[in-house]
Amino acid sequence: MSETTEKVRKTLARRYRSEKRFKAFGIGAIMIGLLALVILFTDIISKGYSAFYEYSVELTVHLDPEVLEITDVSDAEQLNYGNYTAAVRTALRELFPEVDEAREKRDLYSLLSSSAGYELRDMLTEDPSLLGQTLTLPLQLDDAADLYFKQSPANRDTVRLNDNQKSWLITLEEKELISVGINESLFTRGDSREPEQAGMLGAILGSFFTMLVTLFLSFPIGVAAAIYLEEFAPKNKFTDFIEVNINNLAAVPSIIFGLLGLAVFIGLFGMPRSVPLLGGVVLTLMTLPTVIISSRAAIKAVPPSIRQAAMGLGASKMQVVLHHVLPLALPGMLTGAIIGMAQALGETAPLLMIGMVAFIVDLPSGPLDPATVLPVQIFLWAGSPEQAFVALTSAAIMVLLGFLITMNTIAVVLRKRLERRW
Amino acid sequence: METAQQLDKPALGTNDAARDKAINERDAMTQDTPYPDQTVGKPFVDNPKMRLRDVEVFYDDNQAIHGVSLDIGKNEVVSLIGPSGCGKSTFLRCLNRMNDTIDICKVKGSLHLESQDLYDPKLDVVELRARVGMVFQKPNPFPKSIYDNVAYGPRIHGLANKKYDLDEIVETSLRKAGLWEEVKDRLHAPGTGLSGGQQQRLCIARTIAVSPEVVLMDEPCSALDPIATAKIEELISELSESYTIAIVTHSMQQAARVSHRTAYFHLGRLVEMNDTETVFTKPEHDLTEAYITGRFG
Repeated sequence: MSETTEKVRKTLARRYRSEKRFKAFGIGAIMIGLLALVILFTDIISKGYSAFYEYSVELTVHLDPEVLEITDVSDAEQLNYGNYTAAVRTALRELFPEVDEAREKRDLYSLLSSSAGYELRDMLTEDPSLLGQTLTLPLQLDDAADLYFKQSPANRDTVRLNDNQKSWLITLEEKELISVGINESLFTRGDSREPEQAGMLGAILGSFFTMLVTLFLSFPIGVAAAIYLEEFAPKNKFTDFIEVNINNLAAVPSIIFGLLGLAVFIGLFGMPRSVPLLGGVVLTLMTLPTVIISSRAAIKAVPPSIRQAAMGLGASKMQVVLHHVLPLALPGMLTGAIIGMAQALGETAPLLMIGMVAFIVDLPSGPLDPATVLPVQIFLWAGSPEQAFVALTSAAIMVLLGFLITMNTIAVVLRKRLERRW
Repeated sequence: METAQQLDKPALGTNDAARDKAINERDAMTQDTPYPDQTVGKPFVDNPKMRLRDVEVFYDDNQAIHGVSLDIGKNEVVSLIGPSGCGKSTFLRCLNRMNDTIDICKVKGSLHLESQDLYDPKLDVVELRARVGMVFQKPNPFPKSIYDNVAYGPRIHGLANKKYDLDEIVETSLRKAGLWEEVKDRLHAPGTGLSGGQQQRLCIARTIAVSPEVVLMDEPCSALDPIATAKIEELISELSESYTIAIVTHSMQQAARVSHRTAYFHLGRLVEMNDTETVFTKPEHDLTEAYITGRFG
């Protein structure tokens, strides 16, 4: 016995050392992963947080009926098409009376957002009695001016403004007319050429409708297919063939589903382009293998003793499945579906192929209106030239990541809650 | 024949030579002793509830049951005993066609429940299983409430439509299973929250709730402690007044306590079947004698 102990003792140190090495490798690998994650998040957040607020300039605007070209207050069309831009520009010019030349004036006006006047329109439409009065209100700055204030003083040279414009902005700042507020248009407007007016609501709604269609198609079809394959299908070469194909489909590059959508759904069936309905159908095909595979695993996990008990009582095959197997497999199926949805939410390539890449300004009101989705919106903004779109791109990425993290968290919580211990 | 003498089993770890000799004798016993051409004893009765002739069961090419013929009488408790792997459970599962769920299993022979051929292609298996119920080795209550567990069978077979009728069936079944007093206050608690013995009684209640004619029990007490076992054995005696029972058991003492007739299986063949007392005190065949005296099994 003591001979063995001696031998064991000698190798013990070596075994512990190799164990420590293994642990170190494991921790090192995790650290690298975490580091990458931290770098990613730091980069995105640092670039994107500035898109959530915006600067405005406080101007004293005189709602002069002559300037606005509004004679009859009750005429809705006049109210809508009034020359609010002129009124706003007049107000700005009053602050800088020395600006005379046409080119200089143009530079001055470009400091304001092109939509600055619409706020006045909305106010006047709501309360026509304001006509003729003088109001002081914060108006949206143009994206370059906005960016100027968002930069630290050292970086202000990088902004694409000429020296005149920069000195005017500094004057406005010194006069304490510059205020900061939440960027409302980010979550209330659709896409726009102007960065200060661009919002992701259109993309969010498009993603929402697409996900809705995907969920309502892929979940029932996937679950039904899984039940059939697990419970009712005969075990022969044909079903084996089907199983192999389903597993392979899960690995097919997603853009191929886009090609399928283009060729079959648009070409053959004549479905409308760029609509969430079509996007949902294409994404259904993509997530179906995931849903089927996870549903099958959930069904397999139901203990055979329950099935035997039900069958022993005289339950038919269908009753065993509906009354016992399905309720017990449902948590696993739901988890698989949520993870499949999270995957589909981030898909861009197949949707590009079917046209959900167009520049769409209007907000979609249903699955049949043309729309774009959040990942595609990110792609479009990333390719736009204005400097301000950099922040917007990162902001959109943050929103998308937020949705994905939420969905995955729900899936994990759901799985923990509904897990049963046998 | 005189009562067989117990062969002395050598103590562990002491005399290797004696132990080897005993093992060799046992192997020789199982290999050399010929099986009887006909089952020894009286496997058949008049007016049987279940009549089984020349039953053969194959798992793919493996023959598990070789030509077994026996009867199970009305309101009789028949126990099937034998060493592990001798086909008792397989045989039992033929009686309610649970072997259908195993793809590679093939059953041949003539099996009748009174006048109904069990393997008649026109017979609906679901209907059969409402007449022949089964209690399994490991208690397997549904993950539902106690009430729903017992009510499941009657519900799916349409035995009770009104809540009042269902309540009555549930109470009767739980009383017959000896569980009513313990759970009457918590019928809506989950069935899985009961102790092992209670769960098995719940499974028994569930099985008798559909009023079967025959109840098959596959080692119902093997997962339970002695006290729970004793309770269930009492139950079996009471139940036999209303139902025909076939029970597979590993415990010879249990078979002796509980059953009217006992069938001894050996490697897929029915060696002997007789009144329980006869089998355990005056076994007719050598294999039976060897098994009950503990030389193997």
